[in-house]
Order: sequence, then structure tokens, then C-alpha cells
Amino acid sequence: MSRIANLLFAGVVCLIGAMIFVATSPTALREDSHTTPDAVSPVAPSDDIRFQSASESAAKSAGKPETYPTVIRKPSGPPRIELAGTDPQGRTGSVACSTCHSVRQPNLGNKTAATLDEFHQGMTFSHGSITCYSCHNPDDSDSLRLADGTSVAYQEVMTLCSQCHSKQAESFAHGAHGGMNGHWDLTRGPQMKNNCIDCHDPHAPAYPKMIVGFKPKDRFNAPLDHSHDHEGAESHDEH
Amino acid sequence: MTSTETDSTSPSKPCLPIVENFSRRAAVKAGFATLGAGAFVAAISPLRQAAKNTSAAEFMQTHYTELSPEQKADVIARLEAETKEKYGADVTIGDDRPIPGTKFVYAINLSVCNGNGKCVEACHKENNHDRDTNQSYIRVIEMPKGTMDMEQGSTTYTGVVPKDDKFYLPVQCQQCDEPPCVDVCPVKATWKEEDGIVVVDYNWCIGCRYCEAACPYHARRFNWKKPEVPAAEVNPDQSYLSNRIRPVGVVEKCTYCLHRTRRGKLPACLEACPTGARVFGNILDKDSNIRWILENKRVYILKEELGTKPAFFYYFD
Ligand code: SF4
Ligand code: SF4
Repeated sequence: MSRIANLLFAGVVCLIGAMIFVATSPTALREDSHTTPDAVSPVAPSDDIRFQSASESAAKSAGKPETYPTVIRKPSGPPRIELAGTDPQGRTGSVACSTCHSVRQPNLGNKTAATLDEFHQGMTFSHGSITCYSCHNPDDSDSLRLADGTSVAYQEVMTLCSQCHSKQAESFAHGAHGGMNGHWDLTRGPQMKNNCIDCHDPHAPAYPKMIVGFKPKDRFNAPLDHSHDHEGAESHDEH
Repeated sequence: MTSTETDSTSPSKPCLPIVENFSRRAAVKAGFATLGAGAFVAAISPLRQAAKNTSAAEFMQTHYTELSPEQKADVIARLEAETKEKYGADVTIGDDRPIPGTKFVYAINLSVCNGNGKCVEACHKENNHDRDTNQSYIRVIEMPKGTMDMEQGSTTYTGVVPKDDKFYLPVQCQQCDEPPCVDVCPVKATWKEEDGIVVVDYNWCIGCRYCEAACPYHARRFNWKKPEVPAAEVNPDQSYLSNRIRPVGVVEKCTYCLHRTRRGKLPACLEACPTGARVFGNILDKDSNIRWILENKRVYILKEELGTKPAFFYYFD
């Protein structure tokens, strides 16, 4: 009898001891995690080291860390017009704007797509009260034209847009408008940014509507169709 | 005879009840012991299930912040081997530490976000979430215009977005400077690092889900089942505190993609955003984009009154 009682007592003492141990050891961890989370030596990933050493050597020579550029995507050039017909060999082709426009007089009276009777018909145009030649260059159809009359290449389309949309241009310059890719830390790699017409059709610039595709199935959404208790098993086929 | 009989019975007379008493007590005790053992077996059965998937090395592993570099290398090698064995994928698990002089901050332009959910999907793929449940660390909440109370929104919207009378509020871990989730963890399996990211040691977490209940932003997720990810879809660029495939029964959360951001890259959700609503950067760098936004835009934080001090901002322009 007393032996069983003794064993029981010893068991209880062990349990209490274990509880005290568990309760105190994480307290020590808590101090650790708040004050010296970096006590462990920082092991940098391999590409990290490569970029760091590259920028460090640059820093030594220039005094300031060398940074990678922010690359803004540019249109490849003036748009090309797809031809509707085919040649005798059945090939289609595309032509530059100037193919037609160099031999035609610009009609400054055309204000909307609706008054066109030969080409570019059916074009959707929804861009305030501006007209074709507000932006397109009547003297050189392969370039654009700024409000002050200077000609600007299609590649520099952002200069054109920024004349009116200066607020967006300012935000863009500070990363607060327009999508981006690559690095936030330019000492480690470059950043790539979209230009205006990557997202906005210049003729109807409203951002297009989208369809929602991906939906997580969690407790804030529809319940799982096969939701049940897994009782600790790892997957469906284990129980 | 009679006298001897009486003699033999008289001393045994007081014994009889004792003998009887003893056997009754033994029976009662045996009964309780059986019940107790039964209850014990029932109570530890989930542990036995878990033990089947726990190697001795894993069981003996100490807290992340107490691992020596050699121990850490062993742990990571073991985890990489386990991923190969269980998922058939060759992965590299890094141990990305905070970059000195960095405090990460996120901002979302709510005037631009149209609720398309590409960020939700990008998080799902980047962070090796369970394919079956489409798990992700981001919820996009469709909100009635005129309020910033996220509890009034809905996440179940579908179809064409944006809807005219709504705006869209993407919510993920806010990497609070006063994180209630960290305070409640009984084993300190979750903590805030120097660059502001709140992390979880998935091998130390006991799965009590206190943190999930404490988070006012519903940012934490519990692994109810083993995450299922086809080998071809496993993202092999992993980190111990980030997107390595989590075990069943632990809590996880957004880590600002620390396996990317601590290597200088932008988070996956930001790169996926087609509207350019997301901005990420180092608030300690006074020339950073994020600083310009905080200084020049009207900036909101969610549930400001709770005093969690998020490192996550929302703005309109
Ligand atoms: S948002 Fe939630 S999970 Fe993230 S740090 Fe704050 S309380 Fe913790
Ligand atoms: S679920 Fe894990 S991380 Fe969260 S409080 Fe419990 S032990 Fe800590």
C-alpha cells in the first residue's frame, strides 16, 4: 500500500518538476527573442553574398554603393498597321503609319473616330475632348507630338502622357503608380517598371474591368465541401 | 474443536472485514486505473499520430534562436531531405537573416486596387500553400464605400471587378510593432525580428492557435492537414522561417516573403499585382518610395484603436 502511495507521490513530484522546467525555459527564450534575435550568426544566401561583394567593392572605389538601374519598359517603336488583304502568295503584312500618311494630307477637322470614312473605322475612343492630332504628329506620322509642337518618339510615350497626367507622373516617379518587378533594394539588383500604355490603352485609357479568378477556401469563404475532423491524421487516405 | 474453532475464528474475525475491505478497494482502484489508462491512451492518440511523422532529430530540435550555426545546417539539411522524401522536390532552404538598417513596410493604394485577386494567387504559389484548399496569406475584402471597418466587408465576391459601389481591401499580416500574436504564444514559437517581420518557428510551434485568436486582422492560418503540393509546383527557393512546406498542425502567416525581400527582391504579391497598387520598401531609407508615400499621401492603418502599430499602410490618391 505505502509503496504504491510512495510511487504515486514520486510521480506527482516528477510532474511538477517537469511543469516548472517547461514554464521557465521559454521565459529565457522570450528575452532572447526580443533582445538578441541576431545572436545566431547571419548566414546569407549565396546570391546575397555575390551581390554584396559586388556592391562593396564598388562602394570602396566610389564611396557610395553602386546601384542597379530602374528600367522602365518602353514601346518597341511606332505601331504597325496589320493589312487586311493578302498578297498573291497568301502572305499578310503590316505597314508603318507613314506608308499611307506620307502621301495623304492630314485632315485636322477629324475630331473623333466617328467622322472617319476610310481607315481606322470602328475605333473605340474615350479620352476626353482631345483629338487625333493632339497627340499624333501631322507632319511625321511615325512620331508623336507634344502640346508645344515638339515631336517625340513613340518610345517616349510617357513624356506625352505626363503633360496632362502630372499627378500620376509624380506618383509614378515615386513608385506609387504603376506595376513593378525585380528588386526593392537597388544595391542588389535592378527594378523593372511598366510604362503608361502597358496598362492603359491610349485611346480608351480607363483600366479594364477584370474577372476574379482565384479564391481560397477558408472559414471566411465557402466551407470546404469535404470538411471534417482529421483526428490528427496527415491526409485523407490516412484515416 | 469448538473452542479451537472459536479461537481460530475469533482472531480472524477482525481480519475478515479487512480482507473484504482490501479486495473492494483493490477492485475500485483497479477500475479507476483502467479508466485512467483508457483516458490517457485516448488523450495521447493524436500525439501518437504526430509521432509517426516526427523523427527523433526533429523531436530533439531546439528553438531556432538557440541553434548554433552547425545545428542549423543539420536541421536545414534534414528538412531538405524530408521535402525530397515527402514531396519529391529538390529544394534549397535558406536561413535569411534581417539586413542591418532595414525595416520593411508595405503600402496599398486603395484607389487603384480592383480586387482581382492576382496577389492572393501569387502568395499561394510562392509560399507552397496546400493546393486543395487554395490557401493564401492574403484575403481581399470587398468593402462598401465609406468605411474602413474590415469586419463589414465580404471575401466571397466573384465575377467582374471592380463593382461600382465597392472598394477592395487586401488584408494580410500587418507585421505589427506591438504584435498581440507574439504576446500570447505560450512557447515563444513566434517573435518579431529586427527588420519588423513577425516569424514563426514551425518546428517549435505546438499548434495551440492562441495567436490565431489574438490577431485582429485574421492573418494567421492553421494547417489542418498536410499541405499537398505536386512536386512540379513546389517553389524550390525556400527559407526556414518562410515558405518551406509547413508541417501539419502548426500556425503560419505572411512573412513579407522574407526569402525574397531579405535578398533584396520585391514580394511575390507585389510583382503579381496588375494594377500597381502595391508598394514595398525600407522605411529607414529616407529616399525610398515608401517614405515618399507616407509623407505625401493620406495614409490609413487598420484598427488603429487597438494599438497594434502595423507596418502596413493603406492610402487613397
Ligand atoms: S497582423 Fe496579426 S499575425 Fe501579423 S503581427 Fe499583427 S497580430 Fe501578428
Ligand atoms: S499556435 Fe504555435 S505560434 Fe501560435 S501561439 Fe500556439 S505555439 Fe505559438
